[in-house]
Amino acid sequence: MDIITTNNLELWYGSFQALKGIDMKIPEHQITAFIGPSGCGKSTFLKTLNRMNDLVPGVKITGEILYHGQDIYAPEVDVTWLRKRVGMVFQKPNPFPMSIYDNIAYGPRLHGTHSKAELNDLVEQSLRGAALWDEVKDRLKKSALGLSGGQQQRMCIARALSVQPDVLLMDEPTSALDPISTMKIEELMSDLKQQYTVVIVTHNMQQAARISDRTAFFLLGEMVEFDETERMFSMPSDKRTEDYITGRFG
Amino acid sequence: MMANYERDETGKIVIPPLSKGRRAYDLLIKGFLYLAALITCALLVGLIGYIFYRGLPNITWELVSTAPSALKDTIGILPNLLNTLYIILISLLIVLPLGIGAAVYLTEYATNRRLVWLIEFTTETLTGIPSIIYGLVGMLFFVQFCNLQTSILAGALTLVVMILPTIVRTTQESLKTVPESYREGALGLGATKWYMIRTIILPSSIDGIVTGCILAVGRIVGESAALLFTAGIGSIIAKNIFAAMSRSGGTLSVMLYVYAFERGEFGVAFAIAAILMILVLCINFAAKLVNRKLKNKF
Repeated sequence: MDIITTNNLELWYGSFQALKGIDMKIPEHQITAFIGPSGCGKSTFLKTLNRMNDLVPGVKITGEILYHGQDIYAPEVDVTWLRKRVGMVFQKPNPFPMSIYDNIAYGPRLHGTHSKAELNDLVEQSLRGAALWDEVKDRLKKSALGLSGGQQQRMCIARALSVQPDVLLMDEPTSALDPISTMKIEELMSDLKQQYTVVIVTHNMQQAARISDRTAFFLLGEMVEFDETERMFSMPSDKRTEDYITGRFG
Repeated sequence: MMANYERDETGKIVIPPLSKGRRAYDLLIKGFLYLAALITCALLVGLIGYIFYRGLPNITWELVSTAPSALKDTIGILPNLLNTLYIILISLLIVLPLGIGAAVYLTEYATNRRLVWLIEFTTETLTGIPSIIYGLVGMLFFVQFCNLQTSILAGALTLVVMILPTIVRTTQESLKTVPESYREGALGLGATKWYMIRTIILPSSIDGIVTGCILAVGRIVGESAALLFTAGIGSIIAKNIFAAMSRSGGTLSVMLYVYAFERGEFGVAFAIAAILMILVLCINFAAKLVNRKLKNKF
């Protein structure tokens, strides 16, 4: 089952074309990785999937993005609903300046959950889901800014899980973290795909090779190749992919 | 390429001492900075000390608890104390929602960058205009054109116009310091723009907003020129704020001017000065307290 499908997606920032005719099918309950050199459009593409690009002035998008078969750029779409279903984890951990508990409860409260018991449950579930519960259960009321970088990022994952999405978009979630924290998050991602569909942008090819089921290679706004990760890294069909993954450029 | 470092006879690099000239220059600058700080402190302490020295002995219970009486020939400043508080309250009640609202619109909603720049430039210019001009405009517009008469309401509205730019600018500056990642985080969870502003942006910039308030209160308390023509010099005790609004009422600063320069009562003027300073101190302290309370709540 494909959860997200894009048809001939094109995107311009002003007069600069950042995405060129992207056709992609993102399968459910798998980890899909986007790789490619800086400025190739992989992050831009990720951000179109929950319309975070709407915030950038001067963006123009054509083509189609279907989520469960429905066009998410259709005029009647409730963007807040979409972003609840298609959650996002950013490159730099971005905890809000409030307690760990309030950080996680932010999403549920926003979507109308106010009962104390329900919130407590959601906070615990989400933190467990992000493998952070045991580390923070005794200091839920303390500021989230006091956590280490790796813990902050897992807290942001927990925060994204708290609104019960079914897709998680991750924009280079480990690029600001140390190797141990990176390892924890990679392990976490493999657990997450049981319940969620994970799409991750990474400029670390080993990471893509380690954790993803499918990989897409982007270059200059084009999707050059999209295949099962194993095949892509052992016998890429495009010369440019081969050059990139063997380290000849990028 | 190797830099040409000084070496001793065995070929080891010699770490040179800091040259005499640079050392002296450094010392000179440090001395100047120290002196500047010292003079500033001395001036402030001297001024406050002198005002308290001249003012405190003149503060009597009769002065602060009565209205002036022509019959008994006594001077009381209670009405003016109340007028000052009323004007602060009314001005802030109007200027805060207006100023914060405008700042939020300009930083979070407005998309026309040129227009925003123009408005920012204008507000910045407005903060530098002498207050007597606001007084004149206030008199012509609020007192005469709107027919509010010389009254506390007319005075407060004039002050609103005067401090609005300050509130807008300080609020805007503190909104701009809220990291973009907070906005992304909230919107990424499906927050609407207003929900994000209410729960993340405004609480994070409460410091700047409170600073704006303190500046505003300082200007209100210290203002005389803009109020002389608009709120007048009335000294009758008002029963409540609504009764006060429609009547002429002199604030402490205005009365300081009146007592010192029109009636030669320098003792009373210094007493008012001392009271003003205590008042400002109390208000700033209260503002800091409110700030901390709001922060904790967040």
